[in-house]
Amino acid sequence: MHKESAIRTPLILDSKTYHQITEDVCAPVEGKANRLWYIAFAISAIAALWGLGCITYTIGRGIGVWGLNTTVGWAWDITNFVWWVGIGHAGTLISAVLLLFRQKWRMAINRSAEAMTIFAVIMAALFPGIHMGRIWMAYWVFPLPNTFGSLWVNFNSPLLWDVFAISTYFSVSLVFWYIGLIPDFATIRDRAQRAIPKKIYSTLAFGWSGNAKAWIRFEEVSLVLAGLATPLVFSVHSIVSMDFATSVIPGWHTTIFPPYFVAGAIFSGFAMVQTLLLMVRKVVSLEAYITPKHIEYMNIVIIITGSMVGVAYLTELFIAWYSGVEYEQYAFLNRATGPYWWAYWSMMTCNVITPQIFWFKKIRTSLMASFIISIFVNIGMWFERFVIIVTSLHRDFIPSNWSMFHPTFVDIGIFIGTIGIFFTLFLLYSRTFPVLALNELKSILKSSGNNYKSKQNH
Amino acid sequence: MQDQFEFTPKLQRLTYILMGIGLLALIFGIVNLFGAEGEEAHHLANARLWSNLLINTFFFFAIALIGTFFLAIQYAAEAAWATTLKRIMEAISSFVPVGGVLLIIIFLAGTFHLHHLYHWMDPDLYDPASPHYDEIIAGKQGYLNQPFFWARTLLYLGVWTFFTMRFRKRSLEADALDPSDTSLHFKNVRDAAIFLVFFGYSSSTASWDWIMSIDTHWFSTLFGWYVFSGMWISGMVMIAMFVIYLQSIGKLPEINKSHLQDIGKWIFAISFLWTYLFFSQFMLIWYSNIPEETTYFIARISEYPYIYWGMMIINFVLPMLFLMDRDNKRNKKIVVVFGIIIFMGHWVDTYMLVTPGTMKEHGYIGFFEIGLALGFLGLFLNFVLRSLASRPLLVKNHPYLEESLHHEIH
Repeated sequence: MHKESAIRTPLILDSKTYHQITEDVCAPVEGKANRLWYIAFAISAIAALWGLGCITYTIGRGIGVWGLNTTVGWAWDITNFVWWVGIGHAGTLISAVLLLFRQKWRMAINRSAEAMTIFAVIMAALFPGIHMGRIWMAYWVFPLPNTFGSLWVNFNSPLLWDVFAISTYFSVSLVFWYIGLIPDFATIRDRAQRAIPKKIYSTLAFGWSGNAKAWIRFEEVSLVLAGLATPLVFSVHSIVSMDFATSVIPGWHTTIFPPYFVAGAIFSGFAMVQTLLLMVRKVVSLEAYITPKHIEYMNIVIIITGSMVGVAYLTELFIAWYSGVEYEQYAFLNRATGPYWWAYWSMMTCNVITPQIFWFKKIRTSLMASFIISIFVNIGMWFERFVIIVTSLHRDFIPSNWSMFHPTFVDIGIFIGTIGIFFTLFLLYSRTFPVLALNELKSILKSSGNNYKSKQNH
Repeated sequence: MQDQFEFTPKLQRLTYILMGIGLLALIFGIVNLFGAEGEEAHHLANARLWSNLLINTFFFFAIALIGTFFLAIQYAAEAAWATTLKRIMEAISSFVPVGGVLLIIIFLAGTFHLHHLYHWMDPDLYDPASPHYDEIIAGKQGYLNQPFFWARTLLYLGVWTFFTMRFRKRSLEADALDPSDTSLHFKNVRDAAIFLVFFGYSSSTASWDWIMSIDTHWFSTLFGWYVFSGMWISGMVMIAMFVIYLQSIGKLPEINKSHLQDIGKWIFAISFLWTYLFFSQFMLIWYSNIPEETTYFIARISEYPYIYWGMMIINFVLPMLFLMDRDNKRNKKIVVVFGIIIFMGHWVDTYMLVTPGTMKEHGYIGFFEIGLALGFLGLFLNFVLRSLASRPLLVKNHPYLEESLHHEIH
C-alpha cells in the first residue's frame, strides 16, 4: 500500500477528477487558439524567418559574413551551440533522472521539458552545420566509407565525439518523449470528433489499447529508457566541455569542465523550462497542475545547480592562481578586468548572484520573481559560454595577435532567428500535443490530489 | 527487543581485537622508524608511518562525514524512503568528532615537523636565500601557510562536527515529541540546506588542503569532487553493511528489499559518478599532455601500475557488472561480497591519493598497511556500534516514517 506523508504539498490543486484532467489537458488541442497565441506565434515566426534569411545568406556568401577573425575563430556560433545544447539538458534530466528518483512532480512538467529539449537540440545542431561553410557536405561528419572520398573523420577530435554524443542524445530523447506521448495521443484520438484529426492521432497513437499489459510494458520501457538516458545527460555536456578542455588554451584546459558544464547545462535548462512553463500554465490554463510548488521545486534545482556552477567558477579562479602558471593566471585576470569585463560580470551576476535570492521562500514561490530570474539565468548562461570562448581566444600567446570580436548583423540575426524557430516550434507543439502527461498524471491524483489529500488527513 | 541494538561483549571483543592488530602494526611502524639506518631509510619509514595514519584517519573520517551528508540530503530533498535507515546514518556520523581529533593530531605532527607529508610546511621553501627555495611553492604561500591552513582545518572540522551533533541531538528529541509536531523536522530541513552549502565548498577545499597539497606543485580543479565521490561511495557501502548486519541479527525488520535495492542503486550510481570524475580528470590531463599536470598520473601509473589499474577496475567494473541487476541489489550476499570488495577498492584509492606523493615509488601494501587499516576499522566500529546501541534503531514521529515503512518499488 502506498502512503503519502501529510506534510507533502498537493501536486494537483482544486478538486480535480480523472475526467477533468482529460478535459483540461485536451482543451488546447481541441479548442481554438486565443489572440495571445496568435500574437506570440506571429512574433516568433517573423524572428524565425529573419533567422532563416540570415542562415541562407551565410550559406550563400560563406562564413566570412560573420564577425570572426583569425584570432577569434570561434565566437557566437559555438556560444549559441553550447547555449542551446545546455538548454536541451533539462528535458531528459526531468524525464529520466527525476523518474529514477521517483519525483511525482515531474509528471506535470516532463512533457513540455522534453519538447523543449528536442527543439533546443535541433537549434544547437544547426550551428556546427552552418559553420562548416559547405553545409551540403555535412554528412562528412559521419565516419563514411572511403568511396565517398579520401577524408576520414578524426576520432581524436572531441568535435567528432560531439557528433556521436548529440545524435545519440537526440535519438534517445525523441524516443523517450514519443513513448510517453503514445497513451495521451490515444486519449485525444478517442475524443476526436472530426475525421482528419482522428486519423492523424490514431496513426500517432500506434494503436494504443490502454489495457493493463500495455501499461506494464509502458512502465518497463520508461524505466529502461530512463536508465539509458541518465548517462547521456552526463555524456553530452561533458563532451561539449571537452571541445574546450582537451586543448591547451588557458581558460579552456581545466579538469573540472565536464561536471561543471553538466551542472551549468541543467541550470540553464531548468531556467528555460521555468520561462516556458510559467507562460504555458497561464496561456492554456493549467494552473491547477503546474502549481507554485512545481515552480518552487524547479527554483530549488536552479539554486543547487547555480551554486555548483558558482563553486566551479571559484574553483577555476582559485586554481588558476594556485597553479602558478602565468598564462592561466592572466587568462582569468583578463576575463575579470580585460576589455570583456562586462561579459564576465554579467555572467557572475546572472548566474551566481541572482539565483541566490531563491533562498528566500517568498521569492522562490513568487511566480513573477521566478520568471524574471529565469530570464536572468538564460542571459547569464549565454554570457558564460561567450566568456569562456571569446575571452580565452581574443588575447592569445602573441600580443600582436590580440583582437576583439564584433558580431555582424548576420551573427545577431541567426541567434535571434534560432530563438524564433524555437518558440515557433514550441507554440505549434502547445496546440497540437497534450502538454501534460495526462495519463501519468492521473496515477498520482489519489495520492497527491488536493481533494483526496485533504480527505485523507481528516 | 527488535528496535534496540545491543553492543554485546562478543562484538566489543571483536573491535578490540581489530584495534589490537592495529596497535601491533603501529608498534611495528614505530620500531621500523627507529630501526631505520641512514637518512633515506629513516625518511621513508617516517613517511610510511604517517602516510598510513593519514590515509586511514581520512578514510574513516570521510565515511563518518558521509553519514551526516547523506542524512542532510534526505532532509533537503524531502526524501522519505531512507527514514528507516536514519539511525544508522546517525551512528556512522558519530565518528566525525573522533576522526576530527585524530586528523588534528596528524596535522599537528606536521606542524611540529614530526613528519614531512606536507612538503609545503617546510619554511625553507619560501626563503629565496635558501638552497631549497621553490619558486612555484613560494607563489602559493598566500594559501599554503600554516596559520591559514589551521584556520581552515579548524573551521571545517568545527562546522561539520557542529551540524553532526545537532542532527544527532534533534533526532533523539524528536522521538519524544507529539506526532503532529513537525517543527523540529523543518528546522532540520533548514539546517540540512545550510550544511550542504557549506559542505559543497568545504569538501573541495578540505581535499585540496589535506590531500592535494601533498603533491604540492600539482593542481587539478576537479580534484575536490573526485575525492568527494570516493568518500560518498565508501560511506554508502558502510550504510549497506550496517543494514545487512543488523538484519542478520534480526533487527530492523522494517527495512525491506525495496530499501536494500535503493541502497544498491546508490552504490551503483555513485560508482559511476566516481568513474566519470576519474575519467574526466585523467582523460583531460592525458589528452593535453602538459608536464606540470601529467606528473601526477605518471607517478601513479608507472610506479604502481597494478595497484592503480586494479583499483580502477574494482571500483568501476565490479559495480557495473554486479550491481546493475535488480535482483542482485536485493540479494544480501551479493551486496555484502561486492560491497566489501568495492570498499577495499576505495581504501586503495585513498592510499593512492597519498602514498605516491609522500613515498614516491617506495610504497607498498604489506602487513603494516593492512594491520593499521584493520585497527582503524576496529576503532571506527567501536564508536559507531556504541553509538548505535545508545538509542532505538527506529526513529519515532518522523513525518516521513509511514512512507518509509510502506516503501515498495519494483
